[in-house]
Amino acid sequence: MIGFQTLLRKEILRFWKVAFQTVAAPVLTSLLYLLIFAHVMSGSNAAFPGVTYEQFLIPGLAMMTMLQNAFANTSSSLIQSKITGNILFILLPPLSHWNFYFAYVIAATVRGLTVGLGVFLVGVFMTHIPVHNVAWVLAFAFLGSAMLAALGIIAGLWADKFDQIAAFQNFIIMPLTFLSGVFYSIKSLPGFWQTLSHLNPFFYMIDGFRYGFFGTSDVPIWLSFSAALGAFAGLSAGAVWLLKSGYKLRQ
Amino acid sequence: MTIAIDVEGVEKRYASFTALAGVSLRVEEGEFFALLGPNGAGKTTLISCLAGLTRANAGSLRVMGHDVVTDYQAARLALGIVPQEIVFDPFFSVRETLRFQAGYFGIARTAALDAWIDELLAKLSLTDKADKNMRQLSGGMKRRVLVAQALVHRPPVIVLDEPTAGVDVELRQTLWSFIRELNAQGHTILLTTHYLEEAQQLCSRIAMMKQGRIVALDTTEHLLNAFSERVLRVKLERDLPDTLVPLRSKQQGAWHQFEIHDYSEVESLLARLRESGAVISNLEVTEPELEAVFVKIMHQDQGQDQDQGATR
Repeated sequence: MIGFQTLLRKEILRFWKVAFQTVAAPVLTSLLYLLIFAHVMSGSNAAFPGVTYEQFLIPGLAMMTMLQNAFANTSSSLIQSKITGNILFILLPPLSHWNFYFAYVIAATVRGLTVGLGVFLVGVFMTHIPVHNVAWVLAFAFLGSAMLAALGIIAGLWADKFDQIAAFQNFIIMPLTFLSGVFYSIKSLPGFWQTLSHLNPFFYMIDGFRYGFFGTSDVPIWLSFSAALGAFAGLSAGAVWLLKSGYKLRQ
Repeated sequence: MTIAIDVEGVEKRYASFTALAGVSLRVEEGEFFALLGPNGAGKTTLISCLAGLTRANAGSLRVMGHDVVTDYQAARLALGIVPQEIVFDPFFSVRETLRFQAGYFGIARTAALDAWIDELLAKLSLTDKADKNMRQLSGGMKRRVLVAQALVHRPPVIVLDEPTAGVDVELRQTLWSFIRELNAQGHTILLTTHYLEEAQQLCSRIAMMKQGRIVALDTTEHLLNAFSERVLRVKLERDLPDTLVPLRSKQQGAWHQFEIHDYSEVESLLARLRESGAVISNLEVTEPELEAVFVKIMHQDQGQDQDQGATR
């Protein structure tokens, strides 16, 4: 247990020691999105009745930031350790694959939630944000961060260089987040794109998270929850299996 | 006596080449053991298999009786590895690095741990660097931190993979006196090095590897006696008398060299020189050298390697 706690503490310290880059910068980026989009879109039709565009946008931005940062945490930690070789320090001790999985996922979730909270607090300063059901808000915040943390483990194990992580981020994570309804309700999309959005697990994360705030969503909350839980379980199973097999770690 | 390191029939193949072609060896508890061989012989691969960093294709490895695959946690607890490459975590200071390493091995942060870390730092002359970030350290200092990291969980078996490569003389001596001390306390030491005089001085037994096989495995003394001779070198005023030329093994100017197996041969050789009228102006007796043994064994016929591969 001490081994696991130590690895968890190290993973949390790793991002906390560079908090400007890992926490403050993403919060600032979201603030910029918020200012610009809220300005440009002010007066446009709100997606949900009684909800302004600004209010609608904030949970979406918070979730997007959580997803991206949770992914960045596990993937960059692993690829850095692999490239610098100091992954050795955690491969030599008697740490199990479960120790690895939980330490990395929890640390990344902590970063995701910290950044999400930061975006939320910035939002609170700008407008009133209702909270319909705090349990759903937290459930989706946890699930979203943990799911991307697990995906980050898979990417971090698979990649041999930073370039591949960047490709993963720019060609998979970014399109999936931008096309998941962060900036709009998917109900405003043409039929084909709506159908396509339903295949995107990020959509359910954002839609369910938003439900926690407004009590309204594009799809039923239990559908979002099941989809999010399913995606999280699937990616976690993949990550644990890779860790257990020693894929690219113990060859 | 417990077997500290037990390697049996270990094979490791990569796509295009065989790194380990059936290696077996046993190191007993408390031994100071050297694993020698040219680059690419498989020494580091064998150590990686022992550490669980690499999985062997065949055979088994045990550390203090614990199988490195089926009982990996106990095996890793018993093993401290100083890697060949210098690696470090740029996020942390020397003390943080050591505390984390201890934690990974399940050691709680107590006053006893902090005292042990202080002791390690003092032994390795790192006390004044304790709170410096790892990035600020020189290469030699980083290597000493790696040694401290390997020892922080007090493993009974310590593996040093070329720990003195590129390390200055003073540090080398500090390091060896510390490792000797640990050995005297009962720790088993497995060492790989290219500095053969270090192995000769420190190790009681030696295994030599070549192309993934063990080609020699014996006590240092036996290897030296079997493969390398003492040499008597004399400098003469005039030429060596013809009657003694057949005894000579080598000549360099006025220096004449005679191979001897024992010191008792020196006196009779000198007597014969005197009788033949040779005038000796200088003289020296050289000890057998591991380097000569190493070179001889590495140049042996490939066919012989096969037979000795099974030697333990």
